[in-house]
Amino acid sequence: MAKFNKKKSSELPAINTSSLPDIVFMLLFFFMVATVMRQNTLKIQNVLPYADQVEKLDKKDLVMYIYAGKPSPRYRQSFGSEARIQLNDNFAEVSDIQQFIYSERESKREELVPFLTTALKVDHETNMGLVSDIKLELRKAEALKINYTTRTGDVGQNFE
Amino acid sequence: MARRSSPEVNAGSLADIAFLLLIFFLVTTTIETDSGISRKLPPMQDENVEPPVIKEKNIFQVIVNRNNDLLVEDELMELKDLRSAAVAFLDNGGGVGPEACDYCQGAGDPTSSDNPTKAVIMLVNDRQTEYGTYIAVQNELVGAYNELRDRSARRLFGKSFQQMEADFKDVRYTGNKDRLKEQIEQVRDMWPQKLSEADPKN
Repeated sequence: MAKFNKKKSSELPAINTSSLPDIVFMLLFFFMVATVMRQNTLKIQNVLPYADQVEKLDKKDLVMYIYAGKPSPRYRQSFGSEARIQLNDNFAEVSDIQQFIYSERESKREELVPFLTTALKVDHETNMGLVSDIKLELRKAEALKINYTTRTGDVGQNFE
Repeated sequence: MARRSSPEVNAGSLADIAFLLLIFFLVTTTIETDSGISRKLPPMQDENVEPPVIKEKNIFQVIVNRNNDLLVEDELMELKDLRSAAVAFLDNGGGVGPEACDYCQGAGDPTSSDNPTKAVIMLVNDRQTEYGTYIAVQNELVGAYNELRDRSARRLFGKSFQQMEADFKDVRYTGNKDRLKEQIEQVRDMWPQKLSEADPKN
């Protein structure tokens, strides 16, 4: 019997980790495919209002984003606390919107241009005056398809 | 020449490198898609075009003032009552003869709208109105249209309007898509979204 007992070592064998890279790579590829990089750095407060009659906005490459809201605390000193528009990474004036729309259209393939949608990401405390100005500029640029981006929830939460 | 066996490459750090990349992509990922209320803006009008004449009773006026109060048809109203008021207006069907509406189930009040295809909701807001309030009002008005479309879709085709639109977008839908599109158009034509926005008053 001693012959058999000799082979059994008292320690646990080490777990084989050679398949760990495979598992990690699998996860890695999933996230690489599913990733959409954050396009813009927000320089404004952007707390979106709630709504429940919403439609999904898929096809992210066919969406132009216009942000509006009060500048974030660190930009308050130079830009004041009045609500501003942000296009791409910079603060902009209302008059810059048309130019922005045209340059976005340039950068897209011609056959996709009619499907472009403008997403308005506006802070819930912004006054409608600014939003109306944005809408007027969009009408002038003939970018008529818009989407008021919201969070999904009961509208009553907008008044809290 | 004698063939020497090359030493095996140490793959032990492969997992570390992969983990590093994995964590980077984990942090930068935003999976959720945006959603919101889709609307279509009216095209720019020529200055000299006469606006079409609309009967007073076919207009449902919603005014939001600078204190975010709601004034519907010259009466103060709470936001939660807005949807039912809009439904009552659109669904009224007070018209007679060629303007009669055979699918309306409303009161048929002769002082309210004739026909859903004629009824216009007019939204006026102040420049000082908060965006959150505006979105809430938009949401309720769009909700009123969706409610009525849903009702007609269920009565005519036995499924909800949302379901019909979802089926139309679904690539795996097995039914006849052309017919489904016609049906969606039919429901849309029954309850066209005539939501007009006036330029804000100071």
